[in-house]
Amino acid sequence: MRNSLCDSLVKLHKTHDFVFLTGDLGFMALEKLRDAMGGRFINAGVAEQNMISVAAGISYTGLQTWAYSIAPFIYARPFEQIRNDVCMHNLDVKLIGNGGGYGYGAMGATHHALEDYGILLTLQNMHVFIPAFAEDVPIIISRMAGLHRPAYLRLGKCEKPKGFELPEYDGWRKLVQGNNVVILTVGPGAGPVMGAILGIMPETRPELWVLTELPLNDTLPTDFLESIERCKHLIVVEEHVLQGSVGQMIAHRLLTAGIKLDRFDHAYAKGYPSGYYGSQAFHRRECGLDATTILRCITRG
Amino acid sequence: MQYKEIVKKAKLRLLRLHYEKKIGHIGGNLSALDAMLFLYHRVLKENDIFLLSKGHSAGALYITLWSAGKLSDTDLEGFHQDGSILAGHPVGGWMPEIPFSTGSLGHGLSLAAGIAMGKKMKNEQGRVFCLLSDGEWEEGSTWEALIFIAHNRLDNLTFLIDANGLQGFGNTTDIASLEPLAKKIRPFGIDVLEISGHNSSEMDSAFKSASEAPKLIILRTVKGHGVSFMEGRMEWHYLPMSEEQYIQAVKEVSQA
Repeated sequence: MRNSLCDSLVKLHKTHDFVFLTGDLGFMALEKLRDAMGGRFINAGVAEQNMISVAAGISYTGLQTWAYSIAPFIYARPFEQIRNDVCMHNLDVKLIGNGGGYGYGAMGATHHALEDYGILLTLQNMHVFIPAFAEDVPIIISRMAGLHRPAYLRLGKCEKPKGFELPEYDGWRKLVQGNNVVILTVGPGAGPVMGAILGIMPETRPELWVLTELPLNDTLPTDFLESIERCKHLIVVEEHVLQGSVGQMIAHRLLTAGIKLDRFDHAYAKGYPSGYYGSQAFHRRECGLDATTILRCITRG
Repeated sequence: MQYKEIVKKAKLRLLRLHYEKKIGHIGGNLSALDAMLFLYHRVLKENDIFLLSKGHSAGALYITLWSAGKLSDTDLEGFHQDGSILAGHPVGGWMPEIPFSTGSLGHGLSLAAGIAMGKKMKNEQGRVFCLLSDGEWEEGSTWEALIFIAHNRLDNLTFLIDANGLQGFGNTTDIASLEPLAKKIRPFGIDVLEISGHNSSEMDSAFKSASEAPKLIILRTVKGHGVSFMEGRMEWHYLPMSEEQYIQAVKEVSQA
């Protein structure tokens, strides 16, 4: 998705005045953007706290500002700067975190982002975008540019099955029509699940949805509510810890609205249960976030 | 009104404000007030922006804005009260003179750098001024800001340090020895001047001195300046004044 990000920002730069800051990252990914933006592209160095406050200061002068780094370095290290300098003032600052969830795999725990959107959504005025597929990125970049308030982009890896025709982009999308069970995935987690369920016969195939924008509205989309009321079994799948998760948000909305299900399952990031490290796929298996475990959840009585 | 009278009136109003509201932080307010008054009455021009990084001197900022006609006595009545815009640390966004909420140390210099950079990008007139505390230089983010300011040659930025030598729980020299600050900061590519933060003619020269680099003015100040029993004493970072102390403080400032 980084290539799609770069291309989208290069295109945006042609029609939209903004400033781009990077915390010394973007090798083999952002060179085109750097060359296109000239003086509007700043390498702020390995100093994320300063970068976020500088972004807030630039935004104060009326220039939209985007700040980029590996996901944990953009939301965890400078959290107070995001809170005090950006969100409290509702400034037009966009944060881009590359490698959401276990995206950086075997690079180790310091590079994983397991609590990013949960923690950021505790802040006033914050919006979160989690593209599921590379095709979502240009639309999301355009939406973020038009949203003159704080926003966080969680970038992952596009895992769309080959040949699959995506429905038109929306923050909530039904990707696969199905019966009996509704699976709600968050961002790129949709790809592997989609790959696994497309081979299931239509009459027993689960219905698959993907959520790419947060926070949730007070009311969930009517189509989604109709699906879960019909199936009575919801599975939420996300590469994020339980606290601050979409699963918790959905459960809150359903309880508030008095909607009863027969069954609610939640697959989420559990950290490092075995104490071992590996690829994103390894960590997904460890946490039951892989497609095989999720499909087992469907058949479990 | 003579400038000297403006300063005296502002100091008396600051003492009254803190006494009436029974709040502390008066020591660091008295060390910073002279510089803020000088900025607002003698230095700042249209399009200039001032940012108070040491937000615990909010009282001195509010009094300075009152002295410059930007806040009224009615506004000051709300200081530290329910339903007020004048919190114990400045809350940004409701008046252009307070661009950001400050109070957590280590943010202001980066914010000022961002504003200075934005102004340069937009070819906007005006300088950016930022006042920091000396204890604030223990925050790593302040040094991150310094590196950024120097590297990007933000020559439309002047930052000041209220070097009163006292911080939350002791002397700065006993807690984290950063002196001599001038000698350490100058090699980054910053023009550094060191003056008394209570002397108008020294401030006048320092602000007027030509510079093609970002400028730092280290203000050697006294915590609790002008009130004998407060000067150089750490407890005035926290304590409210008793009636007796208030009467004594007013007497000393009036007779100065």
